[in-house]
Amino acid sequence: MSMRTLPLVFINLGGEMLYILDQRLRAHNTSEDNSEKGVWSENDRKRVMNDIVGTMFSKAFMDELLKPQQLYSHRTMKTVLTRLAHASIMRLNPASMDRLYELMVMAFKYQVFLCLRPKDLLLISYNHMDTIREFVKDTPMVVNQVDETHRKIIEAYSSLSEGELQLLRQTLLIFFQDMHVRVSLFLKNQIQNPNGRFALMTSGPVPHGTDVPGLIRIFDCRGREVRRREFPSGGSYTSSIREGSFELHGNRVIRLGMNMYTVDHPEETHTSRAPSVKTDGSPNPLAKEELNLLARLMGSMKTENKPKDESGFRINLFNTDEEEEEFLVQDEQAALELARIAGQFAEEKEEKPEKPSNNKGEELLAMMDDL
Amino acid sequence: MYHKEKSIQIKNSASALYNNLSVLRIAPRRLTHFTVVHANMVNMVSASWDGLNYTHRQLQSKEPNVATSTSLIMQAAFCVLPSRDLLVVTSQKGIQMYESDGSIMVYWHALDTPETPTAQAVFARGIAAVYENYICVGVSSGAILVFDVPSKGSNITLSEVLEEHKESITDMASECSGSQECIANLVTADDGGNLCVWKSGEEFQLLNKIPGFDMSCSSVKLWKGTVVAGYGTGQIRLYEAVTGILHAEINAHARWIYSVDIAPFSGLLLSAAEDSLVRVWHMTITPETNSVEVVHLHNECVTDTQICGAKFCDGDGYAFAVTGYDLSEIIRYIQS
Repeated sequence: MSMRTLPLVFINLGGEMLYILDQRLRAHNTSEDNSEKGVWSENDRKRVMNDIVGTMFSKAFMDELLKPQQLYSHRTMKTVLTRLAHASIMRLNPASMDRLYELMVMAFKYQVFLCLRPKDLLLISYNHMDTIREFVKDTPMVVNQVDETHRKIIEAYSSLSEGELQLLRQTLLIFFQDMHVRVSLFLKNQIQNPNGRFALMTSGPVPHGTDVPGLIRIFDCRGREVRRREFPSGGSYTSSIREGSFELHGNRVIRLGMNMYTVDHPEETHTSRAPSVKTDGSPNPLAKEELNLLARLMGSMKTENKPKDESGFRINLFNTDEEEEEFLVQDEQAALELARIAGQFAEEKEEKPEKPSNNKGEELLAMMDDL
Repeated sequence: MYHKEKSIQIKNSASALYNNLSVLRIAPRRLTHFTVVHANMVNMVSASWDGLNYTHRQLQSKEPNVATSTSLIMQAAFCVLPSRDLLVVTSQKGIQMYESDGSIMVYWHALDTPETPTAQAVFARGIAAVYENYICVGVSSGAILVFDVPSKGSNITLSEVLEEHKESITDMASECSGSQECIANLVTADDGGNLCVWKSGEEFQLLNKIPGFDMSCSSVKLWKGTVVAGYGTGQIRLYEAVTGILHAEINAHARWIYSVDIAPFSGLLLSAAEDSLVRVWHMTITPETNSVEVVHLHNECVTDTQICGAKFCDGDGYAFAVTGYDLSEIIRYIQS
């Protein structure tokens, strides 16, 4: 399968992560009682964004991702994304990270599943990068990093044929297979059914390059059309809309990959699992290549030394601490290897947040009662 | 024209791969085998015709004697030869051939994989049994491996490598009308939509090359000397194989086509795509007068599903089966 999935996976999953974190952090600013502990200032928010985006779009990290390699397990992806999130002063407990990851993956799955044609995957990625650029627009150095990465992505992917991009898309679809976590926002907008599956319409514009179905044309040996006949398409399709821009800046036209979350509705990021579905199946020990990749990615993320007296700002998506158990992988050996590589992870539980999180937990997403 | 029958449950969901359903009808034993690929596994279910017995089997893509290696499977297809039937499974690592019930692996061919991964993916995809005793398999480089298959035993040998395509092979098909008069008996397709037409033999002969339009041809069939090709644009085209003359063009689907199939005795054509629709058509081909006619007969919508496999279950097209991404069942339809 495709060896070029990683950069797009991180840009899109990372992008979704930033959308959600941005919503969480802004939701706090709108709390009525500003004297309450646990309020994030505008500067805190920008700092978190700059730190995460700066790390994610660092040259070293992106260069590692751009090397041709396989797409590994959810466990590895989650570990790296957690580490990215913790490049900032923000702290997420494992349960929150689990849920955050589910949300990110379901959003990206939706985008990949529904994009009209494989090339739109690039437009989706560019939508994410455009919004990320907005988040960090006040910090030119980070904007430059995003631009540099964008240029590298354009260079790496523009020459791929539709067939190669479809192979990439098929690889991603295998990665997302059997995940049917229900997301409140998706259910509300009816893009997801109660059984967790996405709604696929037999209407709307056809992809760029496709004709509206319904016509049969017969030709003679000289290539002249001798007959044409129509047939019922079983849907109500319209002609394709104009193509989005694949340049560094431009109107992407498609909406997939844009920020769906709004500040006023924190409940949008509720998730619940469809019954009896595992999100991360494999209990197998991580393959050697996978561990090598993990080590390289972690190594390429530069970490700034945080001053001692400033502990992390804890952010909870959920307030269930007993769910931390869930994160502990069944395979002990893999867990140890991951912990060793992840390094910082082990320290977090001991940190005392300067601003206690309990109120945040209540204001933010409620726990998943309806499991 | 068709109505839905009871679905067959499979152990895992189907992966989004072209032509992800293969069907083998075994009349003497009154059963039908179905295979559906899920990531690194092939789900095989054998259904008795009376609908009472379903046996399941799972095959993993593994190199023999290497315990830890598995790789993603691109395709699994039954190959029907005069003397025997085989199940061929193609993956990122190589090609496996099993007895048709999946019980024993009779042959393994490893692909050349570079030490450090290159940006160009390596895999095998596209499988066809060709007159008289060949099995052809495509590779991501565009090469086609021709295997010579003895009437029994595991002494299968690589007889030839055809290097005509420059892009990854997507699918291939042999002439299915049963007629010995057709000159061409193999068509191969690639990611650029290019089609090559061959005549089999000790040395395969290239009869014609039909250029693509930089749009992947994901599924192809050959019937009565006519190539039926399904494309990523949702179009189906019918070409006369040996001359390359375009006989018909159908704006068939609103999304990428994943499977086309033909019922050789009746001329029924089945097409399925990511747009969740399966369509049934009828083709009339008269080679003598060089005339082709295509008529649309029926639509089925598999709600909210991107279809990845669709095959007729018999030579008349009395029944057909469908698989979809993330779906753990094989949906069946029979004529009313």
